[in-house]
Amino acid sequence: MIGGLFIYNHKGEVLISRVYRDDIGRNAVDAFRVNVIHARQQVRSPVTNIARTSFFHVKRSNIWLAAVTKQNVNAAMVFEFLYKMCDVMTAYFGKISEENIKNNFVLIYELLDEILDFGYPQNSETGALKTFITQTGIKSQSKEEQSQITSQVTGQIGWRREGIKYRRNELFLDVLESVNLLMSPQGQVLSAHVSGRVVMKSYLSGMPECKFGMNDKIVIDKQGKGGATDEAGKSGGGGGKQSIAIDDCTFHQCVRLSKFDAERSISFIPPDGECELMRYRTTKDIILPFRVIPLVREVGRTKLEVKVVIKSNFKPSLLAQKIEVRIPTPLNTSGVQVICMKGKAKYKASENAIVWKIKRMAGMKESQISAEIELLPTNDKKKWARPPISMNFEVPFAPSGLKVRYLKVFEPKLNYSDHDVIKWVRYIGRSGIYETRC
Amino acid sequence: MPAVSKGDGMRGLAVFISDIRNCKSKEAEIKRINKELANIRSKFKGDKALDGYSKKKYVCKLLFIFLLGHDIDFGHMEAVNLLSSNKYTEKQIGYLFISVLVNSNSELIRLINNAIKNDLSSRNPTFMCLALHCIANVGSREMAEAFAGEIPRILVAGDTMDSVKQSAALCLLRLYKASPDLVLMGEWTSRVVHLLNDQHMGVVTAAISLITCLSSKNPDEFKTCVSLAVSRLSRIVSSASTDLQDYTYYFVPAPWLSCKLLRLLQCYPPPEDGAVKGRLVECLETILNKAQEPPKSKKVQHSNAKNAILFEAISLIIHYDSEPNLLVRACNQLGQFLQHRETNLRYLALESMCTLASSEFSHEAVKTHIETVINALKTERDVSVRQRAADLLYAMCDRSNAKQIVAEMLSYLETADYSIREEMVLKVAILAEKYAVDYSWYVDTILNLIRIAGDYVSEEVWYRVIQIVINRDDVQGYAAKTVFEALQAPACHENMVKVGGYILGEFGNLIAGDPRSSPLVQFNLLHSKFHLCSVPTRALLLSAYIKFINLFPETKATIQEVLRSDSQIRNSDVELQQRAVEYLKLSSIASTDVLATVLEEMPPFPERESSILAKLKKKKGPGAVSVELEDGKERGELNGGADRGGEAAIAASNASTPSPSSDLLGLRSAAPVGGPAPSAGSLLVDVFSEAGPAASSTRVNDDGFLSSAPPSAASEDPAPPLPESDELLNKFVCKNNGVLFENQLLQIGIKSEYRQNLGRMYLFYGNKTSVQFVSFTTTVSCPGELQSQLNVQTKPVEPLVEGGAQVQQVINIECLTDFVDAPLLNIKFRYGGALQNITLKLPVTINKFFQPTEMAAADFFQRWKQLSQPQQEAQKIFKASHGMDTEVLKAKLLGLGTALLENVDPNPENYVCAGVIQTKIQQVGCLLRLEPNAQAQPGEQMYRLTLRSSKDTVSQRVCDLLAEQF
Repeated sequence: MIGGLFIYNHKGEVLISRVYRDDIGRNAVDAFRVNVIHARQQVRSPVTNIARTSFFHVKRSNIWLAAVTKQNVNAAMVFEFLYKMCDVMTAYFGKISEENIKNNFVLIYELLDEILDFGYPQNSETGALKTFITQTGIKSQSKEEQSQITSQVTGQIGWRREGIKYRRNELFLDVLESVNLLMSPQGQVLSAHVSGRVVMKSYLSGMPECKFGMNDKIVIDKQGKGGATDEAGKSGGGGGKQSIAIDDCTFHQCVRLSKFDAERSISFIPPDGECELMRYRTTKDIILPFRVIPLVREVGRTKLEVKVVIKSNFKPSLLAQKIEVRIPTPLNTSGVQVICMKGKAKYKASENAIVWKIKRMAGMKESQISAEIELLPTNDKKKWARPPISMNFEVPFAPSGLKVRYLKVFEPKLNYSDHDVIKWVRYIGRSGIYETRC
Repeated sequence: MPAVSKGDGMRGLAVFISDIRNCKSKEAEIKRINKELANIRSKFKGDKALDGYSKKKYVCKLLFIFLLGHDIDFGHMEAVNLLSSNKYTEKQIGYLFISVLVNSNSELIRLINNAIKNDLSSRNPTFMCLALHCIANVGSREMAEAFAGEIPRILVAGDTMDSVKQSAALCLLRLYKASPDLVLMGEWTSRVVHLLNDQHMGVVTAAISLITCLSSKNPDEFKTCVSLAVSRLSRIVSSASTDLQDYTYYFVPAPWLSCKLLRLLQCYPPPEDGAVKGRLVECLETILNKAQEPPKSKKVQHSNAKNAILFEAISLIIHYDSEPNLLVRACNQLGQFLQHRETNLRYLALESMCTLASSEFSHEAVKTHIETVINALKTERDVSVRQRAADLLYAMCDRSNAKQIVAEMLSYLETADYSIREEMVLKVAILAEKYAVDYSWYVDTILNLIRIAGDYVSEEVWYRVIQIVINRDDVQGYAAKTVFEALQAPACHENMVKVGGYILGEFGNLIAGDPRSSPLVQFNLLHSKFHLCSVPTRALLLSAYIKFINLFPETKATIQEVLRSDSQIRNSDVELQQRAVEYLKLSSIASTDVLATVLEEMPPFPERESSILAKLKKKKGPGAVSVELEDGKERGELNGGADRGGEAAIAASNASTPSPSSDLLGLRSAAPVGGPAPSAGSLLVDVFSEAGPAASSTRVNDDGFLSSAPPSAASEDPAPPLPESDELLNKFVCKNNGVLFENQLLQIGIKSEYRQNLGRMYLFYGNKTSVQFVSFTTTVSCPGELQSQLNVQTKPVEPLVEGGAQVQQVINIECLTDFVDAPLLNIKFRYGGALQNITLKLPVTINKFFQPTEMAAADFFQRWKQLSQPQQEAQKIFKASHGMDTEVLKAKLLGLGTALLENVDPNPENYVCAGVIQTKIQQVGCLLRLEPNAQAQPGEQMYRLTLRSSKDTVSQRVCDLLAEQF
């Protein structure tokens, strides 16, 4: 289990230090600083072993969060906890920065006391935490309130308290996906996958029982092809794909797993406010929103000509946003001339790349950039490794093809029905690591 | 790098550096650097030529980026361009870049060398210096190749400026150190030496470093520098401090130069020329005198400089080691420093005194400071100083003060620092051994040592005690008593248990007479420690127990009970289990005489270099203990021991895996007569059927406790019989099987059986190496008249012995008539091309052909009287060399081949034997009587051996043979 947790600033100064177990000494703090933060070579592995002690770290802007243990822990669990902790902190005081951490250190210690006990992760649900860890000073709570909190936190449904009331029962569902790709210069897909999240924001009264349905291949196949055709392809990009194969998925703790295992239906009582309902990953039949066609020509030793064409590959009615193409330049670049038809392109010396930005681009369009790169002859025999061209974008559909088929709400005690709930569904596809070799 | 000033500011560089320093994170820094690099690239690429200033600025930035740890792969060309600039600052930056970032890029190196050459041949001294500094800083082979010829010329040219000469000398020194083969002084030698006479002190100082280095490599060529150095030194020493102006440092004239001169002189023996020598002695005396003068300044720099010269002078005096007067004065001077306030001075004084102590002239003088040194050992606050004090005590120790010093070191050991304890222990052990007048003191000291610092007593130390105790029979009783007493302490160190176990196992009988230390008490005492010990110690204790069974048969039942207990016989440790099982069987199956043979007292260890000394040497590196090596004489008279590995190695080298057949099966059929030749697989074991189980189990722990095999006789002298071969022969008088010979390559085992006048001997030649022996031949010859007395037939062996393999040879022997000499066995083979030629004596002695004869008392005395002619009797009175253990004696007499007659002699202490020697021609009846005076003190025990036989030569020969055995 986690023996201790440290937060460092970019200089390696300790901002927060909380030790849960005796086997973690004070020198562990320094060991991490010396061997990871100030390491001669940049440390890329998120797990570092120093003197039989494991350090798991994540970095948020300039802040390092490190969990330390001497035991053989489940690394995935530790990282899950660290991410969760970042979420909690963000929910409490916004962006994780040195300034914010320094200003809220009492709160952070309070939170750490609550979400980790003797190194075992506890309830890290922001909504639940907020009921008893508040930032508004000491609020003397009545006996009833206290006992209510106790029963809620220790009870069966720890993530939702009773007696919530809303005038308007509303529900927002976001399908957020990030598509990752590595493509050969010839356009062959070398690897591609989509990792997605379904995030739900609910403002529902009482203790509603929800049921979520999507075009999961297994469910569709079970039901037969009849029912789902009308819903599919309504908002999607590519073809009229009806169902998707989900490689693996994980759920929020509110989802009844026994029911999912038995009938593959996702039913749950949602926490109030925002929560990440599920996470999934697909690798088959991915819609690749953009195609990048690179053309690199070396003209002599001191010149390089680069031409890159991007093609959008989705319905013309949809608009992609925040498109950014990053074309790496050799390390001995001494000058760059760029011509592009659309958007703005610039050579960024500090990043050794040409960055081409396009604000908006409709589907089934094509755009092109060409650049002349002047090189300085060097003594180095090393050839330029030609890193891949990477791309960023945002599209309003799910590249995996996932569709929300329904989200039903039942509240047997209060008298509002599924139809009274206002539901919003949004699909956002973002680029993860979207690279094309050149 | 020039300071950022207004005129030559390089503002851009300053801004860049401050930008980098203000970066919040590593990523930001990398971004800033990438941006700057792109900027510099575009500037260098740009079509319009850059002026010198911007070039210098950008090269500086590149250099800064490189020093931050980033790769720089361009800008070399611009830096080389800077070299040809006429401005000092630009040239300097160019050279700086080149010396930091040069790589062996061929085209650039050529350009750089060209630029350096231009600068070297220019008349501008600053440019020349820059070029020389660059050569020295790079110091690569290419540089040496290009300029090694040029620089000596600059160094000795008449018109070179002094500052350039200085640089040239140091540059040449650097090149010489980097690639000595390229710097050939040859013709320049004498002119370089004469730089010692240069007017400019700086040049002399630089040149002397070069000369010192060169002359340490080839002293003969630079011999002339001695007189020059002496005269230079005397000029400095005798000068008033104001004469040298710039080179006077806090009232001390040219301290660095003086030190270097003194160090140069240490490369050479004392000058032979009387005048020069006189002058030098005068100088040294002056330096010693000056040390006595009151200081001219209270500043620490003044005394440091003065003392530096003084210490250098003292080490020169020590180096010469020929001027008793100076040595004693130096010693006195150091004696003053011993009580100096300054810790560093005390340290240096102790260190120098260590070397002084080894000089015969000053040894006595050093000894006068013993009290101070002991005081230093006790009160000094710095551990390194205490360490030096301990070293010095060790160095100044001799017979007269050994007891005092050892006692002091022992008492200090209780409070000593952990870091130096082990070394202290070794030193105490060595001193105690080296200067031991009586060995009881030695035993006391070492046991004290184990008690005080048991954890730091290494294996070697306690091995050594045991070696000495075994080799000196006069201390054995005392050692047993002392160890017994020491073991009675409620908590005693494991090393003490080891020593105790070993010594009581061997010599427990010597104190068994006292009821307070009766055998059972001894055993119970040892066994009470058993459970607290580690596995190797337990194994050793088990061996001690089996020895107890042999020494004191009355303890047999108790010990067998212990061995039989589950905690032994089913111990999870294989070694302990094997020992327990084997010893139990051994004690229950073997007869007393077999037991006595197997568990015979350890033979004395051969003399070798003390293993502790070797250990100390290893610890401190050679030289540190050179003191001891000189008095080898003294060590001769001590009973030095051997590396104990020796014995065990015999067993170890024989069987690489614990062979299952090494159990007691071999023992049961201890003397198979005329059995079929053993198969190759079990040969190794069968050869040792007697010593087998013991040896195989001792092997693992290397404690060599039980193996009764003879110590190895390692020698590669060819042709004539090995000097030890007579001794080897004696080993086999009373036994038929064992290892005849062993060296690094070859091991010869023997197994023999005799019946009537016939004998058959199996010789096993084992190749201990991994390489095969080629043209391996053996011949057995009977020199002189032996030819007519003994008939020996051999079968030839295979000429090829594979590595690690063993070949067998059978020898048939027929005894025609009685004989004295032994046949010679000659072995020749090639190992790795070198011919090995070994000659040994085959252990065939007349007694091998004994047939035991049982007879009653009356019968015996009747025959005894019949053989009453004076020539028929041979008698010898000799001192017991092995102690008088009944069982051992019996075993030996049985081994002789005769029948041991019980209840014949009226005195039960005496032994009486009878046998008939069978030869082809005749049978010789032989009667034997051995009378020990067992009551005498150990060490004064004597035997009287009387032999009567029908043939005078036989009586004499058997008597001679037997006299060596007890």
